Amino acid sequence: MHTAKLRVLMFGLFASAGALALSGCGSNSEGTIQIYTGRHYDLEVAFEAFVEEFNIGIEFLSGPDADLRERLQAEGDDTSADIYMTVDAGNLAIAAEQGLFASLDSPVLDAAVPSELRDPDGFWYALSARARTIVYSTERLSTDEIPTTYEELAEPQWKDRVCMRNSSNAYTQSLVASMIGNLGYNSALELVTGWADNSHIMSNDVILLNSIRDGRCDVGISNHYYLARELAEDPNYPVGLVWANQNDRGVHVNISGAGVLANADDPELAQQLLEWLATDGQNLFVDGNNEYPVNPDVTPETLIATEFGETFMGDRTNASEWGLLNAEAVRLLDEAGYE
Amino acid sequence: MTAAAPVAETGSDRVETTAADRASRRGWPGGALVLAALVVVPIGFLAIGISDPETEVWRQQWDTRLPGQLVDTAVLLVGVSFGALFLGSSLAWLVSAYSFPGSKAFGWLLVAPLAMPSYVLGFVTMSVFGFTGPVQNQWRDWFGRDAWFPEVESMGGAIVVFTLVLYPYVFLLARAALADQAGSAYNVARSLGARPLEAARRVVIPMLRPALAAGVAVVMMETITDFATVQYFGVDTVTVGVFRIWRGTFDRDAASEFATLVLVVALMIIGLERIMRGRARFGEAAGAAAGLGPRRLKGTRAWAAFAICGIVLLLAFLAPTLQLVSWAFQEIAGPRGTPNTERFLEFLGNSLQLALLTAVVCVLASIFIANGSRFVSGRTTGLAARLTAVGYAVPGPVVAMGVVLSLVALDDVLEGIGLGLPGTVATGSLVGLVYAYSIRFLAPGLNAIEAGMAQVPEEITASARSLGARPATIVRRIHTPLARTSVATGAVLVAVDALKELPIALLLRPIGFNTLPIWTFNLATESRFEQAALPALAIIVVAMIPVALLSRQLSRGAERA
Repeated sequence: MHTAKLRVLMFGLFASAGALALSGCGSNSEGTIQIYTGRHYDLEVAFEAFVEEFNIGIEFLSGPDADLRERLQAEGDDTSADIYMTVDAGNLAIAAEQGLFASLDSPVLDAAVPSELRDPDGFWYALSARARTIVYSTERLSTDEIPTTYEELAEPQWKDRVCMRNSSNAYTQSLVASMIGNLGYNSALELVTGWADNSHIMSNDVILLNSIRDGRCDVGISNHYYLARELAEDPNYPVGLVWANQNDRGVHVNISGAGVLANADDPELAQQLLEWLATDGQNLFVDGNNEYPVNPDVTPETLIATEFGETFMGDRTNASEWGLLNAEAVRLLDEAGYE
Repeated sequence: MTAAAPVAETGSDRVETTAADRASRRGWPGGALVLAALVVVPIGFLAIGISDPETEVWRQQWDTRLPGQLVDTAVLLVGVSFGALFLGSSLAWLVSAYSFPGSKAFGWLLVAPLAMPSYVLGFVTMSVFGFTGPVQNQWRDWFGRDAWFPEVESMGGAIVVFTLVLYPYVFLLARAALADQAGSAYNVARSLGARPLEAARRVVIPMLRPALAAGVAVVMMETITDFATVQYFGVDTVTVGVFRIWRGTFDRDAASEFATLVLVVALMIIGLERIMRGRARFGEAAGAAAGLGPRRLKGTRAWAAFAICGIVLLLAFLAPTLQLVSWAFQEIAGPRGTPNTERFLEFLGNSLQLALLTAVVCVLASIFIANGSRFVSGRTTGLAARLTAVGYAVPGPVVAMGVVLSLVALDDVLEGIGLGLPGTVATGSLVGLVYAYSIRFLAPGLNAIEAGMAQVPEEITASARSLGARPATIVRRIHTPLARTSVATGAVLVAVDALKELPIALLLRPIGFNTLPIWTFNLATESRFEQAALPALAIIVVAMIPVALLSRQLSRGAERA
């Protein structure tokens, strides 16, 4: 390449980079809500509606929950973010402990979100619910064979017939954390060891469900909305769902939630957005991903309402409690030899 | 461009140059050390914790997963190294030593898998060949529900996938070496009466050793830093362990301590490379080497050679790409469509800008370091060069976290004296992003450029010096032009890696700044692989540009020889 051309190219490259670097520095955009979010589902719908209705801009930074929390911590009061939104309770609970959230005083949110699905001090609120429950082959299991509790899946008759998600996954970890909260460490360890003995371990819920379809396993544990997606594409998909532990503590419900940051530039706007998402915006926020609304006054979308039912009994342990048990859950999974 | 001859300078200038010369000689080791420090400090920042270890976590891990993780890591590394070494070097030999239908085209086509991110080949393989994929379902239809099929979600599956995407590193370097000296040496040995195998064993392999060693080292680094692909296959490496501790137990300190284990493995790889490379140093003494004159294959042999190359290319590149194309069409035709398609140009621009800037920074730093050891013999520059390679062996998120923490610390210090960095320069600025990318990808650039510099005969440098040229002039007007192929190769290797990089951008990008891999990740993270097909294809297509440039250069080199 000719040196002159090369020089022009280089100049252009660095000039544009410089411009971008500078513009990045000054983006302390007042009047725009900046959200660090672990959610990736058709985000646009709910937020676009909000932008339209209130004429307030929203910007996103998406990424894994833990990474975003680390970044918020490092940025401290330099951060331009207003809201931290996650797909599990663990990171919300830790963020609250680390002092990242402002405590909200919001009658709207307190009324919209049931008390077990929000932080007692108003640091964060669940905005959607995803049940992690038992799924089974409708082709190979008769009605009376279907297991109805998490505990049953640890019993020897299910040896090699269970499909489970791997232990690096946040959903597995929070399920086990809730077991520790409900049963105590030792009983939870016994239970998880039983699961590990019975299970094929899968790297995601879609493969897990398809493995039940294709006969590798007869039962498994999955988030309800993955099954909803399969049923949306194929109404005859041969996997069914049963709400676990309906006769005792209820099915484990993980949450996607958010809080307003202590260092937010626009805390009022941020609070306004969360209030809207928990009320008028609930359906738009949860429906696209077939999640359940947290607001009891809001009805779930048709597919999950008809296939799985409008309501179920959810485990009422407070999400912040098992959120904080997440680290212990990881150690328990290690100890149980769960892959 | 031609290699400029050094111009003798006049006497009066000469006195000045000697003084400046001495000054700049002192500059080399200092500069090299600063560069090394820029790479090492952010990583060291994390490693500090190891001096005060969290013994509880270590004991708990040692009692549970750690032994298994060490075994998995070792098996994976050994398996992938042998796979890539075997595949890369035999394919390079095949296309260099023989001519058969398509042999010229294969010479560059076989580099193509370099454009395929391992996580993409990973998810395509799982979807197609996994238990729930169409292949095994058809198999069960034919042979019954319990028919045996090799377990895809396994160590074996992971080794195959990594081998297929990483062999091009060995192939590239082996082919370049065969194109010049190693090839001509083979011909000389044959003309002196050595049988083919003997000539290969006694002449070619020893001469190829540095190239093969460098290639395998790159392959091992790429494997050890991966934490996404391995998880598709249920392989539990030390790197996976680091992220379990970090993201699962929220214990960053313990996670960084475990990250030092990855670092130890990396240092072992670097050491191993030095040993495997041996003391070999082959300068190109006079003119271009002749290379191998390829021998024409006929009949079945020719078709067998064609088939071997074709099958590898099919498995590693063509078939997965076609699968992605078919998914992408399904999605476009389907009701959902691929989200954010209208922002494609923006994502593309961001990816390109990031890759170019990183390549430029890495090339400049590499040229500086590689020349340093030419002008100043001594341990400092050599050590600095080796230290800068460390970044390549550290997983992206660890580098990113290190950069964040050290920039934040710098910000705090500057604020202390009233000079705080504006806003969020530490995180979320292009400067931080390019810095982290450069730490991560300096090594492949440096390796290539060092190899090129090694081929510039010492005598040329010495005569230029004796004619009074200053080191900076020699670098600019003699060394860099002479080693330009390697400089370009280095730039391309860095750019390809930067285009595929995901985790650093996830953690460090400015708000609203998205790249092609981030677009893919956002769709693939919820297991919507079909939806992620279009963005994944975009990465492959874009990464093909530098790969094609590289191939063209390689073919030219081969033709010139």
